[in-house]
Amino acid sequence: MSTTEVAPPPGSVLDVSQDNASLRRFLHGLPGVDQVGAEARAAMLATRSIKSSAKAWAIDTAIRMVDLTTLEGSDTPGKVRSLCAKGRRPDAADPSTPSVAAICVYGDRVDVAVEALHGSSVQVAAVATAFPSGRVALQTKLLDVVDAVEAGAGEIDMVIDRAAFLAGDYLSVYEEIVATKLVCGDAHLKVILETGELVTLDSVRRASWLALLAGGDFIKTSTGKISPAATPPVALVMLQAVRDFAALTGDVRGVKLAGGIRTTKEAVRYLVMVNEVAGDRWLSPATFRFGASSLLNDLLQQRHKLSTGAYDGADYVSVD
Amino acid sequence: MSDRLDVRKTYKLYIAGAFPRSESGRSYPVSGAGDTVLAHAAQASRKDVRDAVSAARKAFGGWSGATAYNRAQVLYRVAEMMEGRREQFIAEVLAGDGGTRDAAATVVDAAIDRWVWYAGWADKYAQIAGGANPVAGPYFNFSVPEPSGVVGIVAPQQDSLLGLISVIAPALTTGNTVVVLAATDRPLAAITLSEVLATADLPGGVVNVLTGYVAELAPWLASHRDVNCLDLTGVAAADRVPLAVAAADSVKRVHSPGERAGIGLDEPGLARLAAFVEIKTVWHPLGV
Repeated sequence: MSTTEVAPPPGSVLDVSQDNASLRRFLHGLPGVDQVGAEARAAMLATRSIKSSAKAWAIDTAIRMVDLTTLEGSDTPGKVRSLCAKGRRPDAADPSTPSVAAICVYGDRVDVAVEALHGSSVQVAAVATAFPSGRVALQTKLLDVVDAVEAGAGEIDMVIDRAAFLAGDYLSVYEEIVATKLVCGDAHLKVILETGELVTLDSVRRASWLALLAGGDFIKTSTGKISPAATPPVALVMLQAVRDFAALTGDVRGVKLAGGIRTTKEAVRYLVMVNEVAGDRWLSPATFRFGASSLLNDLLQQRHKLSTGAYDGADYVSVD
Repeated sequence: MSDRLDVRKTYKLYIAGAFPRSESGRSYPVSGAGDTVLAHAAQASRKDVRDAVSAARKAFGGWSGATAYNRAQVLYRVAEMMEGRREQFIAEVLAGDGGTRDAAATVVDAAIDRWVWYAGWADKYAQIAGGANPVAGPYFNFSVPEPSGVVGIVAPQQDSLLGLISVIAPALTTGNTVVVLAATDRPLAAITLSEVLATADLPGGVVNVLTGYVAELAPWLASHRDVNCLDLTGVAAADRVPLAVAAADSVKRVHSPGERAGIGLDEPGLARLAAFVEIKTVWHPLGV
């Protein structure tokens, strides 16, 4: 696909994408991130004390924001089906437990997940574009996306070309996202920045803006395949980006944190950060997600703790 | 005439192989046998109980999976380390329990010997508690004891050291991991014991020692659904029922012996080894 067929992102008022030089001028013109300040602010937000009624709300909200994920070479159809069953009804013993937002699988397992989730509100998200490295030809990446969309995926998680980004070839990253968005059709596009490979917070801010300008519905921290993944300072910078983008364009985009979030305590801290940095309109599964697998079990255990008053154990949640 | 400043010891908790202060930041005065304050010990909170239980759960796989022979070696090593600190233990038992120095020395020696005694049982208990069962069918049928999991223990309150060792050693011998609430009024020997355990090849989290008020902490230990067994040796008979009720909700094994059973100077017998094991019975078809 040649770049001339690519339409400019609808609704964008930031006309900076004619060529690499203007993109570069814009991205490098973004204010630099004060790393020490960002870390201090993130650490400060993590010290908020959450009382138990607010905690109950936070746990249920966090469950509704989970993209329950399995991304292993060994994912059998049976494993995907059991994960879908868990996503629909995370706690079989307590029907008041909300469903998760989505089930996130590899593209060739979308059909299994779509069938298993039929009739529920749970979306099917597929990782595509040669996840996790993204090191194949654009044409192949787009076919990967088309396959997943045709199989019924409602959300596509793409990876950006980190090598091109780090080499300063912003236009090619931009055009890849635009091209992917185009073949997504109605499916939501989440753009994985893989912040662990971007190294600096300045790069995270530039990549966030690049993905937002190109039309990504969500910006997502990581694939979960490399460490570090989602960290509080990275989340802070990305939330600032969607907030500023919304202020500038009126267009509200989402943030997905993935990788390394395993406990309720961390999840609640991130919800505090969403509220304080972006604003309460982002406290919804439509605009904020956790990509996680073991987090859900910890959320359920903390939910049990609140309802029974006794500390819970891993024997009372499923083994995934 | 020395101008040295006192180097005083900070008495802390023992959780996951580390020595943290209480999460709550609290401490309480410990007077022991006399009226003078000996030290301030950390006053554990329910969140320390929670952390200790998750440390014990994490350590369970490794400790229960170690060979019985290896567990015996490690437990014997604890006795070796205690021997090196014998004088310190005697001083702490004396301060905590009162009495004569000779009586304290007798208790410390008995405590060290008790480690050796239980260490010897580690690779022998299965022969006593398990075995081949005669069955009327073409099956080879055998039973083996397996560790129950995480054991929450309230240590005897009337004694500093021997009682404590008499309740934790048998639970460890069979492969369980332990969260123990030390005697509230005489915890100093327990804290020194945790320093021994930390240097005795025992993996972090296998034993977790909390100091503080039993009335505050025991209900959290009893109701914790990730604790598999509860040992109420250190709880007065009248106070045991509410704890047993809280434990029943998650179907714990509750060990509720006579208040001095198996914790004195006499040889303790096997009752405490039997308290925290599950018997697994296997039917294996013959002739295939």
